Amino acid sequence: MTEIKIRETIISGLSLIAPEADFDELSPTENIREELDIDSFDFLNFLIGLNEELGVDIPEDDYEKLVSLDDLIGYLMQRLC
Amino acid sequence: MADFIMPSLGADMTAGILVAWRVEEGDQVENGDIIAEVETEKGLFEIEVYSAGVVEKLLFQPGPEKVSVGTVLATIRRETAVATARSIEPDERLKVSPAARKLATEKNIDLRHVKGTGPQGAIGLADIEVACGKVTKEKVASAPTELKKTTDFKAGMRQAIAAAMSLSNREIPHYYLTTDIDMSRALNWLIEQNRKRSIKQRFLPVVLLLKAVAKTLKKVPELNAIWVDGQLQLKQEVHIGVAIALRGGGLITPALHNVDQLDLDQLMIALSDLINRTRTGKLRGSEMTDAGITVTSLGDLGVQTVSGVIYPPQVALVGLGRISERPWAENGLLGVRQVLTATLAADHRASDGHLGGKFLDALNKFLQEPERL
Repeated sequence: MTEIKIRETIISGLSLIAPEADFDELSPTENIREELDIDSFDFLNFLIGLNEELGVDIPEDDYEKLVSLDDLIGYLMQRLC
Repeated sequence: MADFIMPSLGADMTAGILVAWRVEEGDQVENGDIIAEVETEKGLFEIEVYSAGVVEKLLFQPGPEKVSVGTVLATIRRETAVATARSIEPDERLKVSPAARKLATEKNIDLRHVKGTGPQGAIGLADIEVACGKVTKEKVASAPTELKKTTDFKAGMRQAIAAAMSLSNREIPHYYLTTDIDMSRALNWLIEQNRKRSIKQRFLPVVLLLKAVAKTLKKVPELNAIWVDGQLQLKQEVHIGVAIALRGGGLITPALHNVDQLDLDQLMIALSDLINRTRTGKLRGSEMTDAGITVTSLGDLGVQTVSGVIYPPQVALVGLGRISERPWAENGLLGVRQVLTATLAADHRASDGHLGGKFLDALNKFLQEPERL
């Protein structure tokens, strides 16, 4: 699994929740839930989507590590590679 | 014969657009079947029929015209002996409050064409006020086959919320009570549960909160109620309105049905379904009208205290803030706990602070025993 593929999967999942967002403008270090106005219900659905696409079941204890786009990519790279 | 009328999907609705029929003349329908789609300022809704029988005549064709609440849209010929609260009988067995009957007579409104929202479909003064004035179809300024555009939808949504909230502030003497609830035990229990579950089966804290509110309402039923014609009418079922923000702006508070009877797994599924349908415009008409209380949670945004505005004709709203670590003194010791601030907004016509206090006290106690929720 390449970083590009992981990034694409993340952006694809986020765009289902926030179709109006401009992901080119999203800073990789910003808090994505705050920036994209994602509530806990949408965030859970986003993680379920990642689980379906990538097969990674992210434990709830790890949610707090997943703040920014970079955090997500790094976490998934570690779990998948 | 029963009439199928343009329903009122909330205190803010005076008219709707018939977007589609889901049935044809001659079709058999059962009580609760979805037979039409109606658009209001708050979106598109699936409308159920509350009579069983055969669709005899569809009196309106779908189109961009606004049709007033209470207007007969179709007639249902009863072939099975099921009479329900919301079917309008052509005889004189309608339940009508004296004030409503007086106003209807003054305004020359045919009571058979008014949808009653009280117990057993009783027609109250508010139902007549809704039916007043706009009994005929109104044209809207849009192309014949074109439904409202997004910008119109946003403006319409704002107008609908403005109408309901203005009505609330004008008529409901709110009082507010606030309590801090130690959520440590509940959250620890939730974490343990979620560790055993796959990601698709995990609970969000809000399901614990909703279930605790439902159980509390069984103990304090006076807050699961509506205020109609100067009287408190208790609800039998525990249907909780859940405030759901829409991405494009605005919010809808559809009812989650029979929350007291659902276990937490069922509740999580029902809540997910309700949120998804709210955000994709697939709510049912009944879900817009039958809540006995509303819960609004702004915890995701970091808000600590939520002092809400009651959605009429309901008599209470529970505002929930963010669960966060705060200093907590207990038994002479200072510690750090996960704390939630819960605020009850209640209608002082319908209840007093003593009752509201009992509600918050019971809510707190239920949340200290999450395994029993």
